[in-house]
Amino acid sequence: MESRFISEINGKKNYSNTMSDMMSEKTEDAKTEAPIAEKYKLQTKDVNVFYGDFQAIKDISMNIKPKSITAFIGPSGCGKSTFLRLFNRMNDYIEDFKMEGKIKIDDKNIYKDKIQLEQLRKEVGMVFQKPNPFPKSIFENVAYGLKIQGIKDKKLIADRVEKALVQADLWNEVKDNLSKSALTLSGGQQQRLCIARTLAVEPSIILMDEPTSALDPISTAKIEELIHHLKQYYTIIIVTHNMQQAARISDYTAFFYMGELIEFDKTKKIFTNPEKKRTENYITGRFG
Amino acid sequence: MRKIREFIIEKTLLSSALITVAVTVGIILVLAVEAFSFFREVSIFDFFTDTEWTPLFTKKHYGILPLLTGTLLTTFIAISVALPIGLSISIYLSEYAPRSFRKTIKPLLELLAAVPTVVYGFFALVVVTPFLQQFIPSLSGFNSLSAGIVMGIMIIPFVSSLSEDALFAVPKALREASYGMGATRLQTAFKVVVPAASSGIIVSIILAISRAIGETMIVAIAAGQQPRLTLDPTVPVETITAYIVQVSLGDVQHGSLEYKTIFAAGITLFALTFLLNTLSFQIRKKFRQKYD
Ligand SMILES: Nc1ncnc2c1ncn2[C@@H]1O[C@H](COP(=O)(O)OP(=O)(O)O)[C@@H](O)[C@H]1O
Ligand SMILES: [Mg+2]
Repeated sequence: MESRFISEINGKKNYSNTMSDMMSEKTEDAKTEAPIAEKYKLQTKDVNVFYGDFQAIKDISMNIKPKSITAFIGPSGCGKSTFLRLFNRMNDYIEDFKMEGKIKIDDKNIYKDKIQLEQLRKEVGMVFQKPNPFPKSIFENVAYGLKIQGIKDKKLIADRVEKALVQADLWNEVKDNLSKSALTLSGGQQQRLCIARTLAVEPSIILMDEPTSALDPISTAKIEELIHHLKQYYTIIIVTHNMQQAARISDYTAFFYMGELIEFDKTKKIFTNPEKKRTENYITGRFG
Repeated sequence: MRKIREFIIEKTLLSSALITVAVTVGIILVLAVEAFSFFREVSIFDFFTDTEWTPLFTKKHYGILPLLTGTLLTTFIAISVALPIGLSISIYLSEYAPRSFRKTIKPLLELLAAVPTVVYGFFALVVVTPFLQQFIPSLSGFNSLSAGIVMGIMIIPFVSSLSEDALFAVPKALREASYGMGATRLQTAFKVVVPAASSGIIVSIILAISRAIGETMIVAIAAGQQPRLTLDPTVPVETITAYIVQVSLGDVQHGSLEYKTIFAAGITLFALTFLLNTLSFQIRKKFRQKYD
């Protein structure tokens, strides 16, 4: 069981042996000496979340490095989505939601009143579990984030739309049909469109909540590859139900259980030599 | 025993359905037959081009245009009132209001449609018109303006309630996608939710228009009974419905041409609302499966 995961991780190296990946690994090493404040893109400290009386997140502190991929794993209902959605304050719309503790992005506390939600969300993009394109054209979907910022320059918008679609590896499939409804695309294409839509706003962090759970294996593979390439530019946090996926694509893995962060470490370590018994039980499929 | 009961219930339900259909067909048939005999005496061309409607006078004209304009004018004024208010309410309730507030306010709003229309008509005549006369001294005692405004208030729930249902049915995922890209609530409401609910909103507007066109009491009481080809909202006009009431309550002779005018007017009204209903049916059918 465990050896399978090791081979998965090694397998990952096979398709990602590009120049930039090698470089990003080098810079990571260099960064170990950097001062704490610069080292982390996102930090949470003693975070508790309540839905009414129910405590969904228990005292979680976690630091996430820039331009890394972090996977959140754990059984259903353990608080992965809740925790992820704290980073762009998406839980704020839930009526009995309450949050305690500190969350800092680029050293700024995002739960301070001064922070502007709209500004935060331009910085922290999100891709959802089920592809959710707007019932608008492909072009309008990707241009949406720019238009709501009040950008009017047609040329600029068209350029950014193209760039985002290229980055999301969708451009070649849709470039002749930009005015077609986004709903005519396949599920996998729709999800890449949603990624493109997020990229167009040029965030620095991308949150993904089980982005491939509604997709077939081929579309899933495409999106995993895409996520891997996006790592050069973005800090990515991905919730996944699929442990092989976590093992394949992430640098760090966080294991959640019943609202607690049980273990958070390099992915390789979590999948080969976890500190905690509960983590081992989960990744070897003994429960969950 | 049980089987017999089932049988009786089933047949009773079936016969109620059949009776409804039969009555509808009967009404249309009577309308058509009487209207047909009207059009044997008055040419359809005159009916649609003559600019005067004076069947009850000695010098008779049978042009439907004044009645049609009266109907469309009061309806237009009503929609101008109901559309912005109804839509604002529906957007507020669906996108801003807390759940509990939404739950209490919706039935209260729907009460607006439950007030007897004769009360509205009276209200238009003795409250709204005198009030408006303070600002528009030339406003006559009967006019399409107050009738239209009050009718607009009456049909607000037709717009707000159905539009709100349509807005509320827009998947949460679309709102989250929009918020997630940094959109405000207002931007999300107008750029994502309203367009996604547009078919439902259009249907609600069509239904409201239908209701306004068929409304009788308010216009009969407050708009006057003077068929007049005008778009001036300050003078008395007569709508198709008001005319039908006027003749039905008067003492025209059964079978006379005057008597048949109400069927000609009636079938025009029917054609109008039938057209609108068909339109809304088509829109609903076309967009039904959008979210599955
Ligand atoms: N809006 C909500 N109101 C109340 N409880 C919620 C809400 N959303 C999630 N929960 C509860 O919080 C816990 C964590 O949920 P979630 O973060 O969705 O878990 P996961 O994504 O790991 O499956 C679950 O027990 C769930 O029932
Ligand atoms: Mg979840």
